[in-house]
Amino acid sequence: MTPLPRWVELGLLPLANIALAFLVAGAVVALIGESPAEAMAVMLKGAFVYDGALGYTLYYTTNFLFTGLAVSVAFHAMLFNIGGEGQAAMGGLGAALVCLALDAVLPGLILIPLAIMGAAAFGAAWAVVPGWLQARRGSHIVITTIMFNFIAAGVLVSLLSGPLMRAGQSSPQTRDFAEGARLPFLHDIARGLGFPATQTPLNLSFVIALVAAFGVWVLIWRTRWGYALRAVGHSEGAARYAGIAVPRMVIVAMAVSGALAGCMALNEIIGAQGRLVLNFTSGYGFTGIAVALMGRNHPVGIFFAALLFGALYQGGAELDFEFQTITREMVVLIQGLIILFSGALALMFVPALSRVLRAGAGSGAA
Amino acid sequence: MTEVWIDLLRILDGSLRLGTPLILCAMAGLVSERAGVIDIGLEGKMLAAAFAAAAVASLTGSPWAGMAAALGVAAALALLHGFACITHRGEQIISGVAINILAAGGTVVAGIALFRQGGQTPPLMAGERFRPIRLPGAETLGDVPAIGPLYAELISGHTLPVYLAVLSVPLIAWLLGRTTFGLRLRATGEMPLAVDSAGLSVAFIRYRAVLIAGLLCGLAGVFLSTAHGAGFVREMSAGKGFIALAAMIFGKWRPWPVFGACLLFGFLETGAARLQGVTLPLIGPAPVELILLLPYIATVVLLAGFFGRAVPPRALGVPYRKER
Amino acid sequence: MTPEDCAGGVPPAVRLTGISKRFGAVQANRDVALEVAAGTIHGIIGENGAGKSTLVSILYGFYEADEGRIEIAGREVAIRSSADAIGHGIGMVHQHFMLVPTFTVLENVMLGAEGGALLAKGRAATRAELIRLSATYGLEVDPDAKVGDLAVGLQQRVEILKALRRGAKILILDEPTGVLTPDETDRLFGILRGLRREGVTVLLITHKLREIMAVTDRVSVMRRGEMVAHRETAATTREDLAELMVGRKVLLEVSRVETVPGAVALRAEGLTWRDARGVARLKDVSLEVRAGEILGLAGVSGNGQSELLDVLSGIAGVQEGRIVIGPRAIDRAHPAEPAEMRAMGVAHVPEDRHRRGLVLPFEAQENAVLGYHHGPATGTGRLLDLRALGAHCAELMRRFDVRPANPRLRSSGFSGGNQQKLVLAREIEQAPRILLVGQPTRGVDIGAIEFIHTRLLEMKKAGAAILLVSVELDEIMALSDRIAVMNAGRIEGTLDRAEATPHRLSLLMAGVREGEAA
Repeated sequence: MTPLPRWVELGLLPLANIALAFLVAGAVVALIGESPAEAMAVMLKGAFVYDGALGYTLYYTTNFLFTGLAVSVAFHAMLFNIGGEGQAAMGGLGAALVCLALDAVLPGLILIPLAIMGAAAFGAAWAVVPGWLQARRGSHIVITTIMFNFIAAGVLVSLLSGPLMRAGQSSPQTRDFAEGARLPFLHDIARGLGFPATQTPLNLSFVIALVAAFGVWVLIWRTRWGYALRAVGHSEGAARYAGIAVPRMVIVAMAVSGALAGCMALNEIIGAQGRLVLNFTSGYGFTGIAVALMGRNHPVGIFFAALLFGALYQGGAELDFEFQTITREMVVLIQGLIILFSGALALMFVPALSRVLRAGAGSGAA
Repeated sequence: MTEVWIDLLRILDGSLRLGTPLILCAMAGLVSERAGVIDIGLEGKMLAAAFAAAAVASLTGSPWAGMAAALGVAAALALLHGFACITHRGEQIISGVAINILAAGGTVVAGIALFRQGGQTPPLMAGERFRPIRLPGAETLGDVPAIGPLYAELISGHTLPVYLAVLSVPLIAWLLGRTTFGLRLRATGEMPLAVDSAGLSVAFIRYRAVLIAGLLCGLAGVFLSTAHGAGFVREMSAGKGFIALAAMIFGKWRPWPVFGACLLFGFLETGAARLQGVTLPLIGPAPVELILLLPYIATVVLLAGFFGRAVPPRALGVPYRKER
Repeated sequence: MTPEDCAGGVPPAVRLTGISKRFGAVQANRDVALEVAAGTIHGIIGENGAGKSTLVSILYGFYEADEGRIEIAGREVAIRSSADAIGHGIGMVHQHFMLVPTFTVLENVMLGAEGGALLAKGRAATRAELIRLSATYGLEVDPDAKVGDLAVGLQQRVEILKALRRGAKILILDEPTGVLTPDETDRLFGILRGLRREGVTVLLITHKLREIMAVTDRVSVMRRGEMVAHRETAATTREDLAELMVGRKVLLEVSRVETVPGAVALRAEGLTWRDARGVARLKDVSLEVRAGEILGLAGVSGNGQSELLDVLSGIAGVQEGRIVIGPRAIDRAHPAEPAEMRAMGVAHVPEDRHRRGLVLPFEAQENAVLGYHHGPATGTGRLLDLRALGAHCAELMRRFDVRPANPRLRSSGFSGGNQQKLVLAREIEQAPRILLVGQPTRGVDIGAIEFIHTRLLEMKKAGAAILLVSVELDEIMALSDRIAVMNAGRIEGTLDRAEATPHRLSLLMAGVREGEAA
């Protein structure tokens, strides 16, 4: 099969796949008896127009950026890290442990970087074990990371209903961190600079995520390490020939991936919530797969995909208020459709498209 | 003595009951993966089927209609998986993830649209569910020492899906080991080129394997919402599809060992439930959460080859490309 | 349906007319015609990439031809799948076996011809048939052995049995001897003659002249996707066929450059190496390569040459024995990674450029530094210098005439010859002291072959020590100063070029040592 032109491969094809996902979602809405156009309008308004909507959208975007980047780094080494949920959960634990232990003694300026390192380190550690098992013992990383998601959830339940539970309470969460242990909200920063801003959970993590995206781009496309990583992903045999230590690459790639996933906890735990709660990952790790797929594993693409999902989440919440019969779970459905069409069925249109293009080229030449 | 015996029987009874969705899903995964198609969408198919079963049973008043709907929905999702992975050679893992998320979102969306109860179905009446089947003689034999309780407690008194689950094990074992279809299916999972060069269609064999997997997951869904439970609640599959996946690996893709793994995992779940709040000597409060994690930990350890090796089918996860 | 087909009485078993097949930009078959008389052994010979495999794959329904007609026993047929082919009595033994390694021989033979929904009956019937076939054709093999445990020669028998079990009247063998020892090859030929006696038509695809002369009745020659000649085997010579294959007079003696070899640059002492399953792939291998000489390593593929290259280049660790390069001795306790090997001046053109030498989805400029990505070609800063990368690649492309000369093109977009030139350029441009070369001209067009051979000889003249691994005896004989022969993981013997005759070499390849031959 002749390769498709770049504008088709990177532009038309992904757009067609997403359009199909939304088309099917629209059909479902119509089937339920509501107007797809109206639902779309509600979601768009909810995501961008209402006061504070954009802040919420970007707040969700932050989570998707981290988990999407995490999936993509592993994917460049041909590793399916579907353990983002567990790594993010452990990242939360790492950040929380740092804050709980030190928030009484350290100022924020020192504590917050430590908490970030805690989140990254715990997330990385939770990914390194499956990476090591794949590299050295041949365990399938998909299965191990799935199992590690459940194990992480179990560990968190045990801790939050046991040693870490807030004294005198019975809900599974820690005590609140000291005020200085929290990442500043962007609305506070804006107000500090003299701009009016609506209060939203959007915090400094968003900026950290953008920096991480740029860092990932440099790492993958502009460093020798990234070169080696991509070589491993495309051809293990060639990588070994080139003297690249494949098992070590696998482990380190998982560490970077896990650290990114762990950093998702920054946004939730030391950003928005200020304490460790149960189930704060709520599917963001899995959605990271969709984000990476849609973004074609490139940081720029991942940013736009994360933004789309952020808008869907925020806009989807608005559905609850406006409709009786459709709710934010519609967004989960759309997410499933996007994974289906831009992931599993990504190549569905390729034969037809190349036929059309060839016919076009043929008639053009004639 | 008898009390211990009866206690043990109750635990085994519970293991079988909690093991039922595991058995059905694990057999589903086994058939699919022995044909070379990874199925991490067991969870989603089971969940969607559970919803369909409860919804249709509630609307029609018949559990049988519910079962038909459940099988239909699970089969449709299975065929979607096939369409993506077999026809379009998509990533099997991504397709499985998509199906899980579609089911998680779709069941709630449909539930709210149909019933407006926050994604649940209305509670099912007795006639809308599968009831325990008292096997003949359970009453009279119940008093016979030892064997009586065994028959009455463990063998009799289960719902139809439980019996179907137990029956599925020898059936799948026979299908894979003794039939022509089984031979071809196994060959497809190991070396699809050999199947193709023998003039057989790899795609058709894989589609049938995937479809069987779908139907088995459908039964698991029927069990959840119309036999074990009385109606659908959101996320009611609660990761059982993934434990089934673990059991399938733990049983090394072979029917009887997989059956054993399912019972073992069911047993752990029953045991954990019984130990809730119990204080054990030396240990203190029973570590229920940790017991519930054992299936996952055991699977990780097994996969790592620390005891025995679990060798998956050779062509697992590799789309078959026929040059034209 | 042309009536004159039947003029001679029996129509040809196979008759192909006007077969054309295109893969993307490559015309694999162009207007090919072929006629195979029933009950004969018919050879199709041609170089790698001449289109032989494509042609028989079309006949067996693996590919569909773009154009052309297929007639079997005088009737035009449509073959769209292997099932159609089998239905018309065609069986095929593929170059890479189509066997399920975890199945028994019996199960493999049954697959697709089970005889009913349940296995029990078919199992008994197949067993009986296996006994009959093994008696008739001398195809003994244990029906209950697991195929993965069998030797290659026996696996090939299972393939033949599979075809016969399905009632094949026409048996296609695609390069069947590539994996066989000469002894196993002789036995295979015996079986083929037996099949002919029983009326089976055999179509033998090979690129080895020796085999055509040994066993066929007629031979057809393919070149660059076209059928160029048909000959009675008895009425032709090897030189005639060779000339037809390459389309010009072959210079059997390429103008080799005579040099005086210098000091030993690379020495291997007693290398023994086992794979992950514990099978010894190298057994006590010792050899020396001097500066300014080419040591040819001949042998049937799969006899340890690949493993030797892996160990010498550092990809696989030394287990027993040692490698000496200058002052450095490499053994189990003192391993050297590929990076260190490169630093010591060892360059390696791997046998498999698709899976080793190149990362196919990479751009050419990225592949131009594969293995040297920590070196100066990627720039001096902490980050990759893409401009330096492009300039480096453009220079390599200019010097080695790689086309198209576009450093940003994906490597999979180049032809085999140009890919190989890119790999060769990368390695030779390092001006290595030691060059390990595996199958340098496999799947490469003729023009590029000459270019590559010339470059290797230039390297030798410049004083490099070259280890040349090739399964092409002609290539070995044309380039080497000395020739070592590998068989079953051992070096069976080393001959000077002057004393190396094809006969002596093939005895060694078969594991018959000097003096043992009767």
